[in-house]
Amino acid sequence: MLKIRVIPTLLWKNFGLVKGVGFDSWRRVGPALPVIKVYNSRDVDELILVDIMASQEGNKPDHDSVGDFSEECAVPLTVGGGITSLDQIVSLLHAGADKVAINTAAYSNPTLIEAAAGRFGAQCVVVSIDARRFEDGRYGCFSHSATVNVGRDSVGWAKEMADRGAGEILLTSIDRDGTMLGYDLELVERVVRAVDIPVIASGGAGNYQHMIDVVKQAGASAVAAASIFHFTELTPAGVKLAMQAAGIPVRRNFIGNAPK
Amino acid sequence: MKVAVINFGMGNLASVRRAFEDMGAEVLVANHPAAIYDANRIVLPGVGAFSEGMACLNDAGWGTALHEVVINQGKPLLGICLGMQMLATTGHEGGETKGLGLIPGDVKRLDAVGCKFRVPHVGWNDVKYLKNDTLFNGIPDASDFYFVHSYTFVPESPAHLIATTSYDCNVAAAIRNGNVFGCQFHPEKSSKAGRLLLRNFMDYVSC
Repeated sequence: MLKIRVIPTLLWKNFGLVKGVGFDSWRRVGPALPVIKVYNSRDVDELILVDIMASQEGNKPDHDSVGDFSEECAVPLTVGGGITSLDQIVSLLHAGADKVAINTAAYSNPTLIEAAAGRFGAQCVVVSIDARRFEDGRYGCFSHSATVNVGRDSVGWAKEMADRGAGEILLTSIDRDGTMLGYDLELVERVVRAVDIPVIASGGAGNYQHMIDVVKQAGASAVAAASIFHFTELTPAGVKLAMQAAGIPVRRNFIGNAPK
Repeated sequence: MKVAVINFGMGNLASVRRAFEDMGAEVLVANHPAAIYDANRIVLPGVGAFSEGMACLNDAGWGTALHEVVINQGKPLLGICLGMQMLATTGHEGGETKGLGLIPGDVKRLDAVGCKFRVPHVGWNDVKYLKNDTLFNGIPDASDFYFVHSYTFVPESPAHLIATTSYDCNVAAAIRNGNVFGCQFHPEKSSKAGRLLLRNFMDYVSC
C-alpha cells in the first residue's frame, strides 16, 4: 500500500534557511547543510528545497549548492526556485535533484511543463501553486513568492497543469503559511477533486491533528511542513506515529542490520 | 569493485554515484560506451520518458556495448526506474519504441494495466518478494522503497518477476533475467533498505 508522505520543506535564501509567515517576515533558521544532514539521518520520507529569492531576483538555480545538498540526501529531493528552462532542469537533475518544482515560470510559459514532462517524464515535474483565498471564497494564484497576483483561479490552474503533464501539485496556502493554524482544507480538497495526480498539501501545519485532517478530510497524498519542524518539538517521525494511530498508512523506517 | 553508472544524458546520476560510493564502490560515470568494458558492475539509471531514453541510448551506441558486456561477458547489470523499463522488448511511452530487449516484456502506462489510482505512482510503497532473490538479502519482506513512475514493466514470463508492489493492481517492483536485474523503485533514494540492495547487487557473483 502506498504510504502518505511527510515532507519537511526547506526555504533557502542567500545561503541560509529561513521561514516566514504568509510568505513574509522571514526568520532565519540556520545553514542548510546541517539541517539536511539531520533530516537524512532521521530518515524522512522526502525533502523539498526551494530558493525563495530566485524568481523575485531573477536568479538562476544554484546547481553547485544543490549538488552539495544532494550529496547528503539519501531520500528523494525536490528542488524549486527560479527554474525557467529545460537546460536548468538537466543541470539540477545532474546535481542530484530527483524532481523539480516549477511555479512562477509556469504562468508565463505553460508549455514548459509539457516540454519538461515530455523530456524527463511527468514524475519529475512538480508544479508548485501558491494560492490565496479571496472574499468570495474563490482561490487565486500568486507568483514570484506570493508577490504577484497572476489572475488565475487556483483550482482551474491545477487542472490545466495536470493536463499539461505535471506529475504532482505542491499546493501552498499563502494565508495559512507559517501561521500553524492548520491547512486550508477546502483549498486542498477542491484541488484534489479537480486533478488525478498526487497533491502535496502545504501551509499551516501546527500540530499532528492538522496533518491527519488534511489527509483524511481533504485527500492529500502528502503533507509538507516547515515551521512545525523548525520551531516546535514536533518531528516527522512523530507525525508518522500519530498518523499511524489514526489509521493512515505511513512508511515504517527500515529495521534490520543497516549498512555502514 | 568498479561500478559503471551509464550517463546517457538523462537521470539523477549524483544520487546513484553517491549511494554506491557509500557502499564502498569505486564509481565510474560512463559518458561513453567504451568506458563500461572496464567495470565489474553496470548500472543503467534513468529519469524520463522511454522513447527519449532509448533515442539517447541508441544515438550514442549504448545498446551494442551493453549486449556485448552483459550478454557475452556476463557482467551484472542493474536498471533503475526508466533504466529497468528500457530493459524491455517494447515501450509505449512517447510512441511504441523498441527497448534493449534484455528482459522480454512490455512497458505500459499504469492505467493501461488496470490501475485506477492516481498516476504517477509516487512515494514509499512496500515491496513483496515472489522468491528469495540475492538482491533482497537481509532486507525484510514488505520493506518500503521509493517509487516515482507512470509506466510499469509487464514481463512476458512470470519467472522474471522477483518482487511486486501493490498500487490498485500488482506492479512489477523488481525483475531479473540471469545477470540482468531491474528495479522500478529508486534504491539510491530508498534510504537504508535501498543502500543494502545496492550492496547486494555488488556482492552478487554470477555462476
